[in-house]
Amino acid sequence: MLRKPPLFSQDVKQRLAIRFFMQIDLSVQEVTKKFNEFIAVDNVSFEVPDGSFFSILGPSGCGKTTLLRMIAGLTEPTEGKIEIRGKSMLGIPPNKRPVNLIFQQLALFPMMNVEENIAFGLRRRGEGKVDIKKKVEAILERVDLAGFGDKKIDQLSGGQKQRVAIARCLVLEPAVLLLDEPLGALDLKLREQMKVELKMLQAKVGTTFVYITHDQSEALVMSDHVAVMNQGVFEQIDTPQNLYNRPETPFVAQFVGDNNAWSGRIRQCNDMTAEIETAEGPIFHTKVRESLQPGDEVDLFLRPEAMLILPDPSLSELNRFHIIVKDILFDGANSRLLAHPLDADTELLIALPQTRQYDYIQKNDKIEIGWDQQSGICFRRS
Amino acid sequence: MKNQKRWGLFFFLSPVLLWLFLLIVLPHIDLLAMSFRIENDDGQMVWSLSNYLNFFEEPIYWLTFVRTAIFSILVTFLTFVIALPVAFYITKVVAPKFQGFLLVLLLLPFWVSELVRVYGWMILLRESGVINHFLIKLGLLNQPIEMLYKDATMILGLVYTSMLFMVVPITSVLDSLDNSLIEAAYDLGANMWTILFKIIIPHATPGIVSGSIVVFMLTLGNYLTPNLMGGKNSLWFTEQIYNQFIASFNWNQGSAFGFLLLVLSSIVVWLGLKLTRQNLRKVVQ
Ligand SMILES: Nc1ncnc2c1ncn2[C@@H]1O[C@H](COP(=O)(O)OP(=O)(O)OP(=O)(O)O)[C@@H](O)[C@H]1O
Ligand SMILES: [Mg+2]
Repeated sequence: MLRKPPLFSQDVKQRLAIRFFMQIDLSVQEVTKKFNEFIAVDNVSFEVPDGSFFSILGPSGCGKTTLLRMIAGLTEPTEGKIEIRGKSMLGIPPNKRPVNLIFQQLALFPMMNVEENIAFGLRRRGEGKVDIKKKVEAILERVDLAGFGDKKIDQLSGGQKQRVAIARCLVLEPAVLLLDEPLGALDLKLREQMKVELKMLQAKVGTTFVYITHDQSEALVMSDHVAVMNQGVFEQIDTPQNLYNRPETPFVAQFVGDNNAWSGRIRQCNDMTAEIETAEGPIFHTKVRESLQPGDEVDLFLRPEAMLILPDPSLSELNRFHIIVKDILFDGANSRLLAHPLDADTELLIALPQTRQYDYIQKNDKIEIGWDQQSGICFRRS
Repeated sequence: MKNQKRWGLFFFLSPVLLWLFLLIVLPHIDLLAMSFRIENDDGQMVWSLSNYLNFFEEPIYWLTFVRTAIFSILVTFLTFVIALPVAFYITKVVAPKFQGFLLVLLLLPFWVSELVRVYGWMILLRESGVINHFLIKLGLLNQPIEMLYKDATMILGLVYTSMLFMVVPITSVLDSLDNSLIEAAYDLGANMWTILFKIIIPHATPGIVSGSIVVFMLTLGNYLTPNLMGGKNSLWFTEQIYNQFIASFNWNQGSAFGFLLLVLSSIVVWLGLKLTRQNLRKVVQ
């Protein structure tokens, strides 16, 4: 029997699926917010598909909360459009929007117990008593707080408050759940734990999460997509892997993960490989993404783990230079060498593999470092 | 160590206790004793309950008493209804730098004495007063009407006099109310009224209760405003006490009335406390 050739190739099918079946839950189009003359959010656009975990990562004061509050309806944008599940949210007050916001300070109601906090939204919708009770119990179970219903808010630990705040919003089954640095107030250990828990919870309930944070590890660990925000502008929207490996702007390169910055000038450039004379001395060869002219000023970024200690002499294609060790920063699997190049005092961080083979390295040692031409990230300075 | 602490406490507390005892408890004991004594036919002072019996037998006395109680509660409630939005506006709506200014503005009328304030109202409201003058000028009235000496006017005056004592405690509790609680409630689907009754009032209850107690007591014991603005038809119980002490020179009857007023205010305040706590418990359930 002759098999009919498929109508569409696999690739086209997938793209069509995304186009027609993946619903866009949240669409923000060219949104700007001005406070008097100050521009807090500047022409930001993005889309979040149904069921995904989207993070907005940026330093303190870059406009993350302002953006989230506009989505929740607590602030009106100066310009631009916000759509939730295809419906324009212009002029719709927060209590009529299918989104819920978890505040930076959680904002649990201290005058009510856990159960009443969670039932608050359901009661406002006028649902039946029996239904409310069932839903509250189900959601408490889901966030591992079964039996905590009649506890007072101030009897809960930080992590438990956290989960009550999440439950209070999730029970309303919002189209989008907005989270404003909800882990900010927790201590480090709990934060690590909640990070994983949140990610698993999101996978379990399948609600679309828009999560804002200034902690890059939170954003990288939890998200499907991350937007990096700086001074009101989105610098890059991408997967965590791409943000780390292929940053598109110097800000992203420096903000996401650690990076060593060099400044230099192009000596020559062909075939997307450039020869750069750095201000610190060494001359490097690196691949570049755009064609650069000799004489162009550039910033070169190198990840700590891109630099190899005492590279094998047989490896060609490596940039090699010498450094002086200033200090050894022991931090378990994340240990580094703090060093500087021979003739300059720029600080460099170099990953120190914990295989114990480099245990002999001491302060003030002079050692050779090598890095692959593929791993440099180069931007023309504007 | 423990002993030392106790002595320290005693040391600092004793002036307060002394003050309480000498200025409040002692005169009251005297007044209490006086209220149970009358002059008999021979002109001698004897123990008797008749001062209290007089109160119940003469309708004008206990009617004024009930009237005073009801009006005081009404004034307290009206003051609360007006003060809450004012306090909310000062703490949550206005820019922080104007808050102090607005509070001073509220305080301003209290720098002049109550007497002057009441006369101010009288100048505005009387038959030949400012308001009548303007209403006639505007052609809204043909001839002046008497706005003074009515219950409504008296309530107006009492509410005005009490405002500050309600606004200040409510302002201070609302100051401690986190704005994000209001926003969270709004975000979770609450409308203005639910936010008012589920978030703002429960949070402000301590301030509301303490403000109400002060306003109620001040109103109940007010003499000037009811006397000047209420006129002949709006009797206040303090006027009865005044009459007994000053006009009839019957200190014994006056003390009895004074104690009845004290009992009344204690009962109402106690009831109020009980009620709000009950309400609180209901809210928590
Ligand atoms: N109501 C307001 N009036 C004037 N300026 C404001 C207002 N709200 C925020 N801003 C300004 O907008 C900028 C962004 O504030 P936003 O709260 O969005 O920062 P953020 O990214 O959430 O910071 P953080 O991580 O510290 O919470 C800040 O510079 C802030 O001063
Ligand atoms: Mg913020």
